[in-house]
Amino acid sequence: MKEFKHIITDELGLHARPAGLLVKAASAFSCDIKITANGKSADAKRIMGVMLLAVKQGCEVTITCDGTDEDTAAAALETLLKENA
Amino acid sequence: MLKGTGYPVYPGIAVGPVFVYQKQSDFLPVSSQGASIEKAKFDAALETAKKQLQQLFLKAKEELGEEQAMIIDVQMMILDDLDFLESVESMIQNGASAAKAVLDSGELFCSAFSSMDDEYMKARAIDIKDISQRIVKILRGDDSSVTITRPCILVAEDLTPSQTVQLPKDKILAFVTKQGSSNSHTAILARTMNIPSLVQADISLDNIHGKQIIVDGFHGVYYLEPDEQTFSLMKEQQNKASQKVQQLETYRGKASITKAGRKINLFANIGNPEDVELALAGDAEGIGLLRSEFLYLGRNSFPSEDELFTAYRKVVEKMKGRRVVIRTLDIGADKKADYFGLEAEENPALGYRGIRICLMQEEIFRPQMRAVYRAAAYGNVSVMFPMITSLWEVQQIKKFCTQIKKELQAENIPWGEVELGIMIETPAAALISEQLAKEVDFFSVGTNDLTQYTLAVDRQNNKLNRFYDPHHPAVLTLLAMIAKNAHKAGIWVGICGELGADTSLTEDFIQMGFDELSVSPGRILELRKIICESEVSPNERI
Repeated sequence: MKEFKHIITDELGLHARPAGLLVKAASAFSCDIKITANGKSADAKRIMGVMLLAVKQGCEVTITCDGTDEDTAAAALETLLKENA
Repeated sequence: MLKGTGYPVYPGIAVGPVFVYQKQSDFLPVSSQGASIEKAKFDAALETAKKQLQQLFLKAKEELGEEQAMIIDVQMMILDDLDFLESVESMIQNGASAAKAVLDSGELFCSAFSSMDDEYMKARAIDIKDISQRIVKILRGDDSSVTITRPCILVAEDLTPSQTVQLPKDKILAFVTKQGSSNSHTAILARTMNIPSLVQADISLDNIHGKQIIVDGFHGVYYLEPDEQTFSLMKEQQNKASQKVQQLETYRGKASITKAGRKINLFANIGNPEDVELALAGDAEGIGLLRSEFLYLGRNSFPSEDELFTAYRKVVEKMKGRRVVIRTLDIGADKKADYFGLEAEENPALGYRGIRICLMQEEIFRPQMRAVYRAAAYGNVSVMFPMITSLWEVQQIKKFCTQIKKELQAENIPWGEVELGIMIETPAAALISEQLAKEVDFFSVGTNDLTQYTLAVDRQNNKLNRFYDPHHPAVLTLLAMIAKNAHKAGIWVGICGELGADTSLTEDFIQMGFDELSVSPGRILELRKIICESEVSPNERI
């Protein structure tokens, strides 16, 4: 299992656009990917779940990847979040 | 052959196949035909919805930019979302029809989003609603995105502003509607597009789709499946009309100056950025009225400042330094979008509308004015405010504009100076035009509303057509008064209502001293001919 944390800097929080990018990127990997924020978790491959977490600016999210390609997945998602959220 | 009549709103003759634009039915199939059949229906509808969104995505990307297109992209992702799909599928398994399952699942997620305390996320509830309604429409069998592939004559019960903005305008040869008045949205659109059209037509929408029809906008007549004789007669008239248009071509590129040397600016009224092409094709010397409503109608939420700016800038750049007069949002209970949350009113024409909304709701006014000033960095921009009745309104607007300029300056955003003008369309504004003229850079007379308010005649009510008389001495007296008071203060004055294109009054307008006439793009050459041949001069004593 691979895990990393990221603090959302976008002023709208993890809104539709970055959430969409995250879900798209996550869906490309075969491992299970979970996103946790505000004490709640969601499947990072499901857009509604991710958006319903209502992640705001300044909020810390934890991404957990679990499966065969967890290393590449975690690295890719970390870069993506840094650049877009 | 079937001959029928309608009220003509634009002259000309059109020939083509009928395209029936049907109102969406409210019928919702609620009973399930069995889980496997409903599931198959849902899967098929899902595919169709994806294709529609894909097209919409490309259109949005091209017209509004990547950022806006992402909203559609997220809608497409919702269609792939397992939470949504699983919810629909389990409802279908439990005996719901596909349509009902989609509607209920949509509601479920919609309420989850709208209960969030985040304004941005609350607004996403609309995306989900939009999506589920799209699928439901497909399941119901009515295709919301009208796909018109060949030139046709659009026949409908009536068209709402939000429907007309979505129509592929290059493929429509004429409109025929059963309802609507000569001042309805369809009529205004027909005039902008220079296509013959009938409203209040006596026509049945059943079994006419695809049949050939001739619309005679000179006489207010249509012929369904015309016989050969009628067809050749109409074709002949169509040729004559186009010859007449050809003859006007000699006036293209000429200045609009009377024999006595008085220059009149001939501008065009347009309803959205695409119409700039029509204005240029019509040889307009500028845009005298750019309606802002198109940016607000046919959607689910307010346009952002950037969207407004992009649209305005497009027009301004295409006009290459020629004047563009933007009218701020002119919306009311009779012409509205749901997200405005406007209450139904007893008297919408006298109600919460036009500048009144902007003065009361700064959150609507601010992005629009910022967009106007930003667009002015790219060309010659003027702005005018509708429905003015009092001096304090103008003073408040001016103060607000000064503030907007300061804001943009402080934020280091490029902006340009903008001429401030007002619409004179209420008798009150006409009567105090002497005082108002000292406050602004120009006047533009909205003759449609000025006539309606002066004569107390509802212009949406076709029964009152004979009472709605823009030639009424009361209206003409006000027009002369407005022009005189404008010149006394040294500002220019124009007309942007339908009356501006009334050729029987063109010389009267020159005599009254009007400096500008803003009309439908197709009428410009015709008016230029009259102006160039005119020997009258302004007579300030009228």
